[in-house]
Amino acid sequence: MIINVARKELKSMFASPMGWVILALLMFSFGTYYLNGVNDYFAVMSGAMRPAERTGVTQFVGQNVYGFASFMVLFAVPLLSMRLVSEERRSQTLPFLFSAPLSLTEIVLGKFLGLVAFLSILVVYIGVMLSTLNIWADIDFGFIVANSIGLLLMVASFSALGLYFSSITQQPVVAAILTFIALFALMFLDRFFAGDPSNTLASLSLTRHFQSFAGGLIDTADIAYFALFIASFLTLTVRRLDADRLRG
Amino acid sequence: MNDFTVEAIGLTRLYGGREAVSNVSFNLSKGQVLGFLGPNGAGKSTTMKMLTGNLAPSNGSVKICGIDMMENPKEAKALIGYLPEMRPLYKELTVDEYLTIAARLHRVSGAHIKKAVELAKERCGLGHMSKRLIENLSNGYQQRVGIAQAIIHNPMVVILDEPTVGLDPIQIRDIRALIREVGSERSVIISTHILPEVEMVCDHVQIIDKGKLVFNGAIDVLKKQRIGNKLLIAMNKPPKAAELLKIAGVEEAESVSDQLVRVRFADGATPAEAIVQAAVAKGWGLYQIGPDQTSLEDVFVQLTYQEQEAA
Repeated sequence: MIINVARKELKSMFASPMGWVILALLMFSFGTYYLNGVNDYFAVMSGAMRPAERTGVTQFVGQNVYGFASFMVLFAVPLLSMRLVSEERRSQTLPFLFSAPLSLTEIVLGKFLGLVAFLSILVVYIGVMLSTLNIWADIDFGFIVANSIGLLLMVASFSALGLYFSSITQQPVVAAILTFIALFALMFLDRFFAGDPSNTLASLSLTRHFQSFAGGLIDTADIAYFALFIASFLTLTVRRLDADRLRG
Repeated sequence: MNDFTVEAIGLTRLYGGREAVSNVSFNLSKGQVLGFLGPNGAGKSTTMKMLTGNLAPSNGSVKICGIDMMENPKEAKALIGYLPEMRPLYKELTVDEYLTIAARLHRVSGAHIKKAVELAKERCGLGHMSKRLIENLSNGYQQRVGIAQAIIHNPMVVILDEPTVGLDPIQIRDIRALIREVGSERSVIISTHILPEVEMVCDHVQIIDKGKLVFNGAIDVLKKQRIGNKLLIAMNKPPKAAELLKIAGVEEAESVSDQLVRVRFADGATPAEAIVQAAVAKGWGLYQIGPDQTSLEDVFVQLTYQEQEAA
Protein backbone atom coordinates (compact mmCIF):
# COMPACT_ATOMS: atom_id res chain seq x y z
CA MET A 1 0.00 0.00 0.00
CA ILE A 2 2.93 2.30 0.77
CA ILE A 3 4.07 1.77 -2.81
CA ASN A 4 0.69 2.86 -4.13
CA VAL A 5 0.84 6.13 -2.24
CA ALA A 6 4.40 6.64 -3.45
CA ARG A 7 3.32 6.01 -7.04
CA LYS A 8 0.58 8.56 -6.65
CA GLU A 9 3.07 11.14 -5.39
CA LEU A 10 5.45 10.42 -8.26
CA LYS A 11 2.61 10.80 -10.73
CA SER A 12 1.66 14.16 -9.24
CA MET A 13 5.28 15.27 -9.28
CA PHE A 14 5.67 14.48 -12.96
CA ALA A 15 2.24 15.86 -13.82
CA SER A 16 3.35 19.39 -12.98
CA PRO A 17 6.14 21.29 -14.70
CA MET A 18 7.79 21.91 -11.32
CA GLY A 19 9.27 18.42 -11.09
CA TRP A 20 10.60 18.45 -14.63
CA VAL A 21 12.07 21.94 -14.34
CA ILE A 22 13.89 21.17 -11.11
CA LEU A 23 15.22 17.89 -12.47
CA ALA A 24 16.44 19.56 -15.66
CA LEU A 25 18.08 22.50 -13.90
CA LEU A 26 19.83 20.30 -11.38
CA MET A 27 21.08 17.90 -14.00
CA PHE A 28 22.34 20.77 -16.09
CA SER A 29 24.25 22.26 -13.16
CA PHE A 30 25.69 18.90 -12.11
CA GLY A 31 26.78 18.28 -15.68
CA THR A 32 28.50 21.66 -15.78
CA TYR A 33 30.31 20.93 -12.54
CA TYR A 34 31.37 17.56 -13.84
CA LEU A 35 32.75 19.10 -17.00
CA ASN A 36 34.59 21.81 -15.08
CA GLY A 37 35.92 19.20 -12.69
CA VAL A 38 37.42 17.20 -15.51
CA ASN A 39 38.98 20.30 -17.09
CA ASP A 40 40.35 21.51 -13.79
CA TYR A 41 41.78 18.11 -13.06
CA PHE A 42 44.22 18.38 -15.95
CA ALA A 43 45.09 21.97 -15.13
CA VAL A 44 45.74 21.23 -11.45
CA MET A 45 47.50 17.91 -11.90
CA SER A 46 49.90 19.19 -14.55
CA GLY A 47 51.07 21.69 -11.95
CA ALA A 48 51.34 19.10 -9.21
CA MET A 49 54.88 17.78 -9.39
CA ARG A 50 55.27 15.84 -6.19
CA PRO A 51 53.32 12.52 -5.92
CA ALA A 52 51.83 13.58 -2.57
CA GLU A 53 50.00 16.42 -4.25
CA ARG A 54 48.32 14.16 -6.71
CA THR A 55 44.81 12.86 -6.17
CA GLY A 56 42.80 10.40 -8.22
CA VAL A 57 40.40 11.67 -10.86
CA THR A 58 37.43 10.08 -9.06
CA GLN A 59 38.13 11.92 -5.86
CA PHE A 60 38.92 15.19 -7.56
CA VAL A 61 35.86 15.32 -9.80
CA GLY A 62 33.65 13.43 -7.34
CA GLN A 63 34.29 15.81 -4.49
CA ASN A 64 33.56 18.68 -6.79
CA VAL A 65 30.23 17.30 -7.97
CA TYR A 66 29.02 15.73 -4.71
CA GLY A 67 29.94 18.78 -2.68
CA PHE A 68 27.94 20.92 -5.06
CA ALA A 69 25.06 18.45 -5.15
CA SER A 70 24.73 18.34 -1.36
CA PHE A 71 24.47 22.11 -1.45
CA MET A 72 22.02 22.29 -4.36
CA VAL A 73 19.51 19.87 -2.83
CA LEU A 74 19.19 22.39 -0.02
CA PHE A 75 17.24 24.51 -2.53
CA ALA A 76 15.60 21.72 -4.47
CA VAL A 77 14.08 19.67 -1.66
CA PRO A 78 12.03 22.46 -0.04
CA LEU A 79 10.53 23.28 -3.44
CA LEU A 80 9.53 19.68 -4.00
CA SER A 81 8.51 18.75 -0.48
CA MET A 82 6.40 21.84 0.17
CA ARG A 83 3.40 20.51 -1.71
CA LEU A 84 3.29 17.04 -0.20
CA VAL A 85 0.74 17.69 2.53
CA SER A 86 0.01 21.40 2.53
CA GLU A 87 -1.25 21.38 -1.04
CA GLU A 88 -3.55 18.48 -0.24
CA ARG A 89 -4.74 20.31 2.81
CA ARG A 90 -5.42 23.46 0.84
CA SER A 91 -7.30 21.77 -1.97
CA GLN A 92 -9.02 19.53 0.59
CA THR A 93 -7.91 16.28 -0.97
CA LEU A 94 -6.67 14.75 2.28
CA PRO A 95 -10.03 13.00 2.92
CA PHE A 96 -9.31 11.01 -0.23
CA LEU A 97 -6.33 9.41 1.50
CA PHE A 98 -7.85 9.37 4.97
CA SER A 99 -10.94 7.47 3.85
CA ALA A 100 -8.96 4.94 1.84
CA PRO A 101 -7.97 1.78 3.71
CA LEU A 102 -4.57 3.18 4.66
CA SER A 103 -3.00 3.86 8.02
CA LEU A 104 -1.49 7.27 8.62
CA THR A 105 1.95 5.67 8.78
CA GLU A 106 1.41 4.22 5.32
CA ILE A 107 0.32 7.58 3.95
CA VAL A 108 3.34 9.37 5.41
CA LEU A 109 5.82 6.68 4.42
CA GLY A 110 4.32 6.58 0.94
CA LYS A 111 4.66 10.32 0.48
CA PHE A 112 8.20 10.22 1.84
CA LEU A 113 9.23 7.35 -0.40
CA GLY A 114 7.63 9.01 -3.42
CA LEU A 115 9.75 12.11 -2.93
CA VAL A 116 12.91 10.13 -2.18
CA ALA A 117 12.33 8.02 -5.27
CA PHE A 118 12.05 11.18 -7.33
CA LEU A 119 15.24 12.62 -5.84
CA SER A 120 17.11 9.36 -6.20
CA ILE A 121 16.87 9.92 -9.95
CA LEU A 122 19.42 12.68 -9.35
CA VAL A 123 21.63 10.47 -7.20
CA VAL A 124 21.62 7.74 -9.82
CA TYR A 125 22.24 10.29 -12.54
CA ILE A 126 25.31 11.67 -10.77
CA GLY A 127 26.61 8.15 -10.12
CA VAL A 128 26.23 7.18 -13.79
CA MET A 129 27.76 10.47 -14.93
CA LEU A 130 30.85 9.96 -12.79
CA SER A 131 31.10 6.33 -13.84
CA THR A 132 31.59 7.46 -17.43
CA LEU A 133 35.08 8.54 -16.32
CA ASN A 134 35.85 4.84 -16.32
CA ILE A 135 35.97 4.89 -20.11
CA TRP A 136 39.41 6.45 -20.10
CA ALA A 137 40.52 6.16 -16.48
CA ASP A 138 40.51 3.49 -13.84
CA ILE A 139 38.13 4.96 -11.30
CA ASP A 140 37.38 4.18 -7.66
CA PHE A 141 33.83 2.86 -7.65
CA GLY A 142 33.86 2.52 -3.87
CA PHE A 143 34.19 6.28 -3.59
CA ILE A 144 31.18 6.83 -5.84
CA VAL A 145 29.07 4.27 -3.99
CA ALA A 146 29.90 5.81 -0.59
CA ASN A 147 29.10 9.29 -1.86
CA SER A 148 25.88 8.13 -3.47
CA ILE A 149 24.71 6.50 -0.26
CA GLY A 150 25.68 9.62 1.67
CA LEU A 151 23.86 11.90 -0.75
CA LEU A 152 20.79 9.67 -0.77
CA LEU A 153 20.66 9.63 3.04
CA MET A 154 21.05 13.37 3.14
CA VAL A 155 18.33 13.91 0.55
CA ALA A 156 16.07 11.54 2.47
CA SER A 157 16.66 13.47 5.70
CA PHE A 158 15.86 16.72 3.91
CA SER A 159 12.67 15.17 2.56
CA ALA A 160 11.57 13.93 5.99
CA LEU A 161 12.03 17.40 7.43
CA GLY A 162 10.31 18.98 4.44
CA LEU A 163 7.41 16.59 4.77
CA TYR A 164 6.97 17.54 8.41
CA PHE A 165 6.96 21.26 7.71
CA SER A 166 4.56 20.67 4.86
CA SER A 167 2.19 18.93 7.26
CA ILE A 168 2.02 21.80 9.73
CA THR A 169 0.83 24.48 7.32
CA GLN A 170 -1.75 25.06 4.62
CA GLN A 171 0.49 27.25 2.51
CA PRO A 172 3.09 25.44 0.41
CA VAL A 173 5.24 28.58 0.27
CA VAL A 174 5.35 28.84 4.04
CA ALA A 175 6.33 25.18 4.20
CA ALA A 176 9.13 25.76 1.69
CA ILE A 177 10.52 28.75 3.59
CA LEU A 178 10.40 26.98 6.95
CA THR A 179 12.05 23.89 5.48
CA PHE A 180 14.76 25.96 3.86
CA ILE A 181 15.55 27.86 7.06
CA ALA A 182 15.62 24.69 9.16
CA LEU A 183 17.81 22.86 6.66
CA PHE A 184 20.12 25.82 6.27
CA ALA A 185 20.58 26.01 10.04
CA LEU A 186 21.19 22.28 10.30
CA MET A 187 23.65 22.31 7.40
CA PHE A 188 25.78 25.10 8.75
CA LEU A 189 25.49 24.37 12.44
CA ASP A 190 29.03 23.09 12.52
CA ARG A 191 30.30 26.37 11.05
CA PHE A 192 28.95 28.23 14.05
CA PHE A 193 30.88 25.93 16.32
CA ALA A 194 34.02 25.89 14.21
CA GLY A 195 36.09 26.94 17.20
CA ASP A 196 34.75 24.14 19.33
CA PRO A 197 34.32 21.05 17.14
CA SER A 198 33.58 18.77 20.09
CA ASN A 199 30.41 20.71 20.97
CA THR A 200 27.30 18.49 21.08
CA LEU A 201 25.27 20.91 18.97
CA ALA A 202 27.89 20.84 16.25
CA SER A 203 27.47 17.12 15.88
CA LEU A 204 23.80 17.67 15.04
CA SER A 205 24.92 19.27 11.81
CA LEU A 206 23.92 17.38 8.68
CA THR A 207 27.08 18.44 6.85
CA ARG A 208 29.32 16.92 9.46
CA HIS A 209 27.67 13.54 9.05
CA PHE A 210 27.97 13.81 5.29
CA GLN A 211 31.72 14.40 5.61
CA SER A 212 32.68 10.77 6.15
CA PHE A 213 30.63 9.69 3.14
CA ALA A 214 32.24 12.46 1.11
CA GLY A 215 35.62 11.01 1.98
CA GLY A 216 34.51 7.60 0.80
CA LEU A 217 33.86 6.14 4.23
CA ILE A 218 30.56 4.43 5.12
CA ASP A 219 30.27 4.98 8.85
CA THR A 220 27.44 3.22 10.69
CA ALA A 221 27.33 6.04 13.25
CA ASP A 222 26.46 8.49 10.47
CA ILE A 223 23.94 6.09 8.95
CA ALA A 224 22.34 5.80 12.39
CA TYR A 225 22.22 9.58 12.68
CA PHE A 226 20.45 9.96 9.32
CA ALA A 227 18.09 7.07 10.08
CA LEU A 228 17.13 8.60 13.42
CA PHE A 229 16.70 12.00 11.84
CA ILE A 230 14.36 10.59 9.20
CA ALA A 231 12.43 8.45 11.70
CA SER A 232 11.87 11.36 14.08
CA PHE A 233 10.47 13.68 11.46
CA LEU A 234 8.29 11.00 9.90
CA THR A 235 6.90 10.20 13.35
CA LEU A 236 6.21 13.88 13.96
CA THR A 237 4.37 14.04 10.63
CA VAL A 238 2.21 11.05 11.54
CA ARG A 239 1.41 12.68 14.87
CA ARG A 240 0.53 15.92 13.14
CA LEU A 241 -1.86 14.20 10.73
CA ASP A 242 -3.39 12.23 13.57
CA ALA A 243 -4.11 15.52 15.31
CA ASP A 244 -6.17 16.49 12.24
CA ARG A 245 -8.34 13.46 12.74
CA LEU A 246 -8.70 14.01 16.48
CA ARG A 247 -9.21 17.75 16.50
CA GLY A 248 -10.91 18.12 13.16
CA MET B 1 -24.73 -11.14 14.51
CA ASN B 2 -27.06 -8.70 12.79
CA ASP B 3 -26.77 -7.66 9.18
CA PHE B 4 -26.49 -3.93 9.67
CA THR B 5 -24.04 -2.34 7.29
CA VAL B 6 -23.69 0.83 9.30
CA GLU B 7 -24.15 1.14 13.02
CA ALA B 8 -23.65 4.46 14.72
CA ILE B 9 -23.83 4.30 18.45
CA GLY B 10 -24.10 7.49 20.47
CA LEU B 11 -21.90 9.56 18.16
CA THR B 12 -20.85 12.79 19.79
CA ARG B 13 -18.38 15.35 18.58
CA LEU B 14 -17.26 18.34 20.57
CA TYR B 15 -15.62 21.38 19.04
CA GLY B 16 -14.12 23.38 21.85
CA GLY B 17 -16.84 22.40 24.29
CA ARG B 18 -19.67 23.00 21.82
CA GLU B 19 -21.45 19.90 20.66
CA ALA B 20 -21.45 19.83 16.86
CA VAL B 21 -23.05 16.41 16.89
CA SER B 22 -24.59 15.01 19.99
CA ASN B 23 -25.55 11.44 20.70
CA VAL B 24 -26.55 10.39 17.19
CA SER B 25 -27.43 6.71 16.89
CA PHE B 26 -28.83 4.84 13.93
CA ASN B 27 -28.58 1.62 11.96
CA LEU B 28 -28.65 0.99 8.28
CA SER B 29 -29.29 -2.33 6.55
CA LYS B 30 -28.21 -3.62 3.21
CA GLY B 31 -30.23 -2.28 0.29
CA GLN B 32 -31.30 0.88 2.02
CA VAL B 33 -30.77 4.45 0.99
CA LEU B 34 -30.59 6.83 3.90
CA GLY B 35 -31.14 10.53 3.43
CA PHE B 36 -29.50 12.87 5.83
CA LEU B 37 -31.44 16.06 6.00
CA GLY B 38 -30.85 19.26 7.84
CA PRO B 39 -30.13 22.95 7.49
CA ASN B 40 -26.62 24.31 7.12
CA GLY B 41 -24.39 23.74 10.08
CA ALA B 42 -26.64 21.07 11.54
CA GLY B 43 -23.83 18.54 11.75
CA LYS B 44 -24.49 16.47 8.62
CA SER B 45 -20.95 16.67 7.30
CA THR B 46 -19.44 16.18 10.75
CA THR B 47 -21.46 13.00 11.21
CA MET B 48 -20.36 11.77 7.79
CA LYS B 49 -16.72 12.49 8.58
CA MET B 50 -17.05 10.42 11.71
CA LEU B 51 -18.73 7.58 9.83
CA THR B 52 -15.86 7.46 7.36
CA GLY B 53 -13.10 7.69 9.91
CA ASN B 54 -11.97 11.15 8.84
CA LEU B 55 -12.77 12.53 12.24
CA ALA B 56 -12.51 10.82 15.59
CA PRO B 57 -15.74 10.98 17.57
CA SER B 58 -15.45 12.46 21.05
CA ASN B 59 -17.79 9.76 22.19
CA GLY B 60 -19.58 6.79 20.70
CA SER B 61 -18.56 4.36 18.02
CA VAL B 62 -19.11 3.45 14.40
CA LYS B 63 -19.35 -0.06 13.05
CA ILE B 64 -19.25 -0.86 9.35
CA CYS B 65 -20.58 -4.37 8.67
CA GLY B 66 -19.74 -5.22 12.26
CA ILE B 67 -16.17 -3.90 12.05
CA ASP B 68 -15.36 -1.17 14.53
CA MET B 69 -13.96 1.98 12.90
CA MET B 70 -11.79 2.75 15.92
CA GLU B 71 -10.29 -0.68 16.34
CA ASN B 72 -9.87 -1.80 12.74
CA PRO B 73 -9.91 1.40 10.70
CA LYS B 74 -8.30 -0.14 7.64
CA GLU B 75 -10.76 -3.02 7.33
CA ALA B 76 -13.70 -0.73 8.01
CA LYS B 77 -12.56 1.92 5.54
CA ALA B 78 -12.11 -0.70 2.83
CA LEU B 79 -15.89 -1.20 2.91
CA ILE B 80 -16.72 2.48 2.46
CA GLY B 81 -16.82 4.77 -0.51
CA TYR B 82 -16.90 8.42 0.47
CA LEU B 83 -17.41 11.65 -1.40
CA PRO B 84 -16.85 14.62 0.91
CA GLU B 85 -18.53 17.95 0.43
CA MET B 86 -15.35 19.37 -1.08
CA ARG B 87 -14.44 17.01 -3.88
CA PRO B 88 -11.04 15.47 -3.20
CA LEU B 89 -9.80 15.59 -6.79
CA TYR B 90 -6.20 15.80 -7.92
CA LYS B 91 -6.79 18.30 -10.64
CA GLU B 92 -3.44 17.88 -12.33
CA LEU B 93 -4.30 14.30 -13.28
CA THR B 94 -6.55 12.95 -16.01
CA VAL B 95 -9.79 11.17 -15.18
CA ASP B 96 -8.26 7.77 -15.96
CA GLU B 97 -5.14 8.39 -13.91
CA TYR B 98 -7.13 9.61 -10.96
CA LEU B 99 -9.58 6.72 -11.00
CA THR B 100 -6.74 4.22 -11.36
CA ILE B 101 -5.09 5.65 -8.27
CA ALA B 102 -8.40 5.55 -6.41
CA ALA B 103 -8.90 1.92 -7.37
CA ARG B 104 -5.38 0.99 -6.34
CA LEU B 105 -5.63 2.73 -2.99
CA HIS B 106 -8.92 0.99 -2.31
CA ARG B 107 -7.35 -2.42 -2.75
CA VAL B 108 -8.81 -3.30 -6.13
CA SER B 109 -6.56 -6.12 -7.31
CA GLY B 110 -4.19 -5.30 -10.16
CA ALA B 111 -5.98 -7.45 -12.73
CA HIS B 112 -9.32 -5.78 -12.10
CA ILE B 113 -8.25 -2.15 -11.96
CA LYS B 114 -8.88 -1.51 -15.65
CA LYS B 115 -12.29 -3.11 -15.53
CA ALA B 116 -13.22 -1.24 -12.34
CA VAL B 117 -12.20 2.10 -13.87
CA GLU B 118 -14.20 1.40 -17.04
CA LEU B 119 -17.25 0.37 -15.06
CA ALA B 120 -17.12 3.38 -12.77
CA LYS B 121 -16.76 5.71 -15.77
CA GLU B 122 -19.67 4.05 -17.53
CA ARG B 123 -21.89 4.26 -14.48
CA CYS B 124 -21.14 7.93 -14.00
CA GLY B 125 -21.30 8.82 -17.68
CA LEU B 126 -17.65 9.75 -17.96
CA GLY B 127 -16.76 7.47 -20.87
CA HIS B 128 -15.71 10.21 -23.28
CA MET B 129 -13.78 12.18 -20.64
CA SER B 130 -11.08 9.59 -19.95
CA LYS B 131 -8.11 11.55 -21.21
CA ARG B 132 -9.20 14.97 -20.02
CA LEU B 133 -7.50 16.71 -17.14
CA ILE B 134 -9.85 16.94 -14.18
CA GLU B 135 -8.96 20.60 -13.90
CA ASN B 136 -10.53 21.28 -17.30
CA LEU B 137 -13.79 19.51 -16.60
CA SER B 138 -16.95 21.41 -15.78
CA ASN B 139 -18.27 21.47 -12.25
CA GLY B 140 -20.84 18.78 -12.98
CA TYR B 141 -18.32 16.44 -14.55
CA GLN B 142 -15.94 16.95 -11.65
CA GLN B 143 -18.76 15.94 -9.35
CA ARG B 144 -19.25 12.80 -11.41
CA VAL B 145 -15.56 11.97 -11.09
CA GLY B 146 -15.98 12.38 -7.34
CA ILE B 147 -18.86 9.93 -7.34
CA ALA B 148 -16.98 7.52 -9.60
CA GLN B 149 -14.13 7.58 -7.12
CA ALA B 150 -16.51 6.65 -4.31
CA ILE B 151 -18.02 3.63 -6.03
CA ILE B 152 -14.97 2.30 -7.87
CA HIS B 153 -14.19 -0.48 -5.40
CA ASN B 154 -17.83 -1.54 -5.20
CA PRO B 155 -18.06 -0.77 -1.49
CA MET B 156 -20.69 -2.05 0.91
CA VAL B 157 -21.50 1.46 2.06
CA VAL B 158 -21.45 4.54 -0.13
CA ILE B 159 -21.48 7.88 1.66
CA LEU B 160 -22.10 10.95 -0.48
CA ASP B 161 -22.09 14.42 1.00
CA GLU B 162 -24.43 16.61 -1.06
CA PRO B 163 -23.88 14.70 -4.30
CA THR B 164 -26.17 16.74 -6.51
CA VAL B 165 -24.85 20.20 -5.73
CA GLY B 166 -23.83 22.05 -8.85
CA LEU B 167 -25.34 19.64 -11.32
CA ASP B 168 -27.80 20.46 -14.05
CA PRO B 169 -31.27 18.84 -13.91
CA ILE B 170 -30.40 16.06 -16.35
CA GLN B 171 -27.25 15.19 -14.46
CA ILE B 172 -29.17 15.24 -11.21
CA ARG B 173 -31.60 12.75 -12.67
CA ASP B 174 -28.73 10.49 -13.77
CA ILE B 175 -27.05 10.69 -10.40
CA ARG B 176 -30.29 9.92 -8.60
CA ALA B 177 -30.79 6.88 -10.79
CA LEU B 178 -27.25 5.82 -10.00
CA ILE B 179 -27.81 6.24 -6.27
CA ARG B 180 -30.93 4.12 -6.48
CA GLU B 181 -29.07 1.48 -8.48
CA VAL B 182 -26.20 1.33 -6.01
CA GLY B 183 -28.66 1.44 -3.14
CA SER B 184 -30.52 -1.63 -4.36
CA GLU B 185 -27.64 -3.93 -3.51
CA ARG B 186 -25.53 -1.83 -1.15
CA SER B 187 -26.18 0.81 1.45
CA VAL B 188 -26.09 4.46 0.57
CA ILE B 189 -26.09 7.49 2.81
CA ILE B 190 -26.59 10.85 1.15
CA SER B 191 -26.86 14.23 2.72
CA THR B 192 -28.84 17.01 1.19
CA HIS B 193 -31.05 19.91 2.00
CA ILE B 194 -33.37 19.34 -0.94
CA LEU B 195 -36.47 17.59 0.29
CA PRO B 196 -37.82 16.31 -3.04
CA GLU B 197 -34.50 14.65 -3.63
CA VAL B 198 -34.84 12.67 -0.43
CA GLU B 199 -38.32 11.64 -1.45
CA MET B 200 -37.12 10.44 -4.82
CA VAL B 201 -34.17 8.34 -3.82
CA CYS B 202 -34.30 7.47 -0.13
CA ASP B 203 -36.12 4.81 1.85
CA HIS B 204 -35.09 6.22 5.16
CA VAL B 205 -34.75 9.74 6.35
CA GLN B 206 -32.97 11.33 9.21
CA ILE B 207 -33.33 14.93 10.10
CA ILE B 208 -30.60 16.45 12.12
CA ASP B 209 -30.70 19.85 13.71
CA LYS B 210 -28.13 21.52 15.90
CA GLY B 211 -26.30 18.23 16.22
CA LYS B 212 -29.32 16.30 17.39
CA LEU B 213 -31.29 13.69 15.53
CA VAL B 214 -34.82 15.05 15.48
CA PHE B 215 -36.39 12.55 13.14
CA ASN B 216 -35.45 9.06 12.09
CA GLY B 217 -37.84 6.92 10.14
CA ALA B 218 -39.12 5.64 6.84
CA ILE B 219 -39.73 8.01 3.97
CA ASP B 220 -43.50 7.34 4.00
CA VAL B 221 -43.82 9.02 7.36
CA LEU B 222 -42.13 12.09 6.02
CA LYS B 223 -44.16 12.05 2.83
CA LYS B 224 -47.32 12.11 4.87
CA GLN B 225 -45.95 15.03 6.82
CA ARG B 226 -45.09 16.83 3.65
CA ILE B 227 -48.17 16.24 1.52
CA GLY B 228 -50.11 16.62 4.69
CA ASN B 229 -53.82 17.10 4.91
CA LYS B 230 -54.13 20.50 3.35
CA LEU B 231 -55.48 21.84 0.09
CA LEU B 232 -54.61 25.13 -1.45
CA ILE B 233 -57.48 26.63 -3.38
CA ALA B 234 -57.32 29.66 -5.63
CA MET B 235 -60.58 31.40 -6.43
CA ASN B 236 -61.56 34.72 -8.00
CA LYS B 237 -64.38 35.26 -5.54
CA PRO B 238 -63.49 33.29 -2.42
CA PRO B 239 -66.36 32.66 -0.03
CA LYS B 240 -66.30 33.14 3.70
CA ALA B 241 -64.49 30.55 5.75
CA ALA B 242 -67.72 29.44 7.35
CA GLU B 243 -69.08 28.35 3.98
CA LEU B 244 -66.09 26.14 3.33
CA LEU B 245 -66.37 24.59 6.75
CA LYS B 246 -69.84 23.35 5.83
CA ILE B 247 -68.34 20.96 3.29
CA ALA B 248 -67.94 17.46 4.73
CA GLY B 249 -64.40 16.70 5.91
CA VAL B 250 -63.15 20.25 6.04
CA GLU B 251 -61.87 21.08 9.48
CA GLU B 252 -60.27 24.41 9.05
CA ALA B 253 -60.09 27.15 6.45
CA GLU B 254 -57.85 30.18 6.46
CA SER B 255 -57.36 32.69 3.73
CA VAL B 256 -53.76 33.13 2.71
CA SER B 257 -54.30 36.13 0.45
CA ASP B 258 -57.15 37.74 -1.49
CA GLN B 259 -57.73 34.75 -3.69
CA LEU B 260 -55.94 31.93 -1.92
CA VAL B 261 -57.51 29.78 0.75
CA ARG B 262 -55.82 26.99 2.64
CA VAL B 263 -58.10 24.21 3.79
CA ARG B 264 -57.20 21.53 6.31
CA PHE B 265 -59.24 18.36 6.18
CA ALA B 266 -59.61 15.36 8.48
CA ASP B 267 -57.36 12.31 8.04
CA GLY B 268 -58.79 9.99 5.43
CA ALA B 269 -61.28 12.52 4.06
CA THR B 270 -61.12 13.59 0.42
CA PRO B 271 -63.07 16.81 0.24
CA ALA B 272 -61.53 18.04 -3.04
CA GLU B 273 -64.41 16.91 -5.22
CA ALA B 274 -67.00 18.36 -2.85
CA ILE B 275 -65.17 21.66 -2.80
CA VAL B 276 -65.01 21.82 -6.59
CA GLN B 277 -68.73 21.03 -6.86
CA ALA B 278 -69.57 23.68 -4.30
CA ALA B 279 -67.34 26.19 -6.10
CA VAL B 280 -69.08 25.53 -9.42
CA ALA B 281 -72.54 25.62 -7.90
CA LYS B 282 -71.96 28.87 -6.06
CA GLY B 283 -69.76 30.60 -8.63
CA TRP B 284 -66.63 31.14 -6.55
CA GLY B 285 -64.53 31.36 -9.72
CA LEU B 286 -62.29 28.44 -8.84
CA TYR B 287 -59.21 28.30 -11.08
CA GLN B 288 -56.75 26.18 -9.14
CA ILE B 289 -56.83 23.50 -6.51
CA GLY B 290 -54.06 21.26 -5.28
CA PRO B 291 -52.39 19.73 -2.27
CA ASP B 292 -50.50 22.26 -0.20
CA GLN B 293 -46.94 20.97 -0.24
CA THR B 294 -45.17 22.41 2.70
CA SER B 295 -41.62 23.50 2.27
CA LEU B 296 -38.68 21.84 3.95
CA GLU B 297 -38.62 24.50 6.61
CA ASP B 298 -42.24 23.83 7.48
CA VAL B 299 -41.73 20.09 7.78
CA PHE B 300 -38.58 20.76 9.62
CA VAL B 301 -40.09 23.12 12.09
CA GLN B 302 -43.02 20.77 12.47
CA LEU B 303 -40.80 17.81 13.24
CA THR B 304 -38.56 19.68 15.58
CA TYR B 305 -41.61 20.96 17.34
CA GLN B 306 -43.18 17.52 17.67
CA GLU B 307 -39.96 16.11 18.97
CA GLN B 308 -39.81 18.74 21.67
CA GLU B 309 -43.40 18.09 22.60
CA ALA B 310 -42.80 14.39 22.92
CA ALA B 311 -39.77 14.89 25.08
